Amino acid sequence: MSRFAISEVPFDIAPLREQLLGHDAGAYASFEGWVRNHSEGRAVQGLFYESYRALAESEGQAIIHEALQRFAITRAACVHRTGELALGDLAVWVGVAAGHRGPAFEACRWIIDEVKSRVPLWKHERYANGETTWLHPDP
Amino acid sequence: MSVTVLYFASLRDAAGVDREQLPLPASLDSLYLELAARHGFSLPAAKLRVAVDGAFARWDSPLREGCEIAFIPPVSGG
Repeated sequence: MSRFAISEVPFDIAPLREQLLGHDAGAYASFEGWVRNHSEGRAVQGLFYESYRALAESEGQAIIHEALQRFAITRAACVHRTGELALGDLAVWVGVAAGHRGPAFEACRWIIDEVKSRVPLWKHERYANGETTWLHPDP
Repeated sequence: MSVTVLYFASLRDAAGVDREQLPLPASLDSLYLELAARHGFSLPAAKLRVAVDGAFARWDSPLREGCEIAFIPPVSGG
């Protein structure tokens, strides 16, 4: 099954990976994004992700659909967390199955890049000095 | 004659609410200018995308009574 989802709670990767398996696939590539303890030179203590959920899920689904058209892959999926996350927590997972490794790696990279640039999700970082900020990077 | 405007991230913090009902505006551009002045939004419209009824829309999209408008500040997922 190929799909994009927002999860308000921690999620397991194993059952998501399972849904990508198939005898037509000889390769699987995945990406995990974790909460890092620093951002542009500042010490990060944790973060909060907010989404415009309806639009995030439809735009994410469009990205998965486009990936299936653009690359020689069999299935692809992505799940992104929202809510409070601690250092080291899993923030986003992308998994791609394909006949061969090349398209699996390429599609995985393409999907995470598109999610970062198009899906209405926002990161609110909490810093060690008590300050917080919403990240609104220039495209 | 009203529309619902949704706020996210720094726009929500600046507005102090996550949504509000407003009279049907003439256009999305004029609505954002008015809201930016009222709530002190620092992001210019050129840096935002806009959505109407849960789908990305053009800034010159026509508006109708009861529609749901969201101004989308630059995203930072991943």
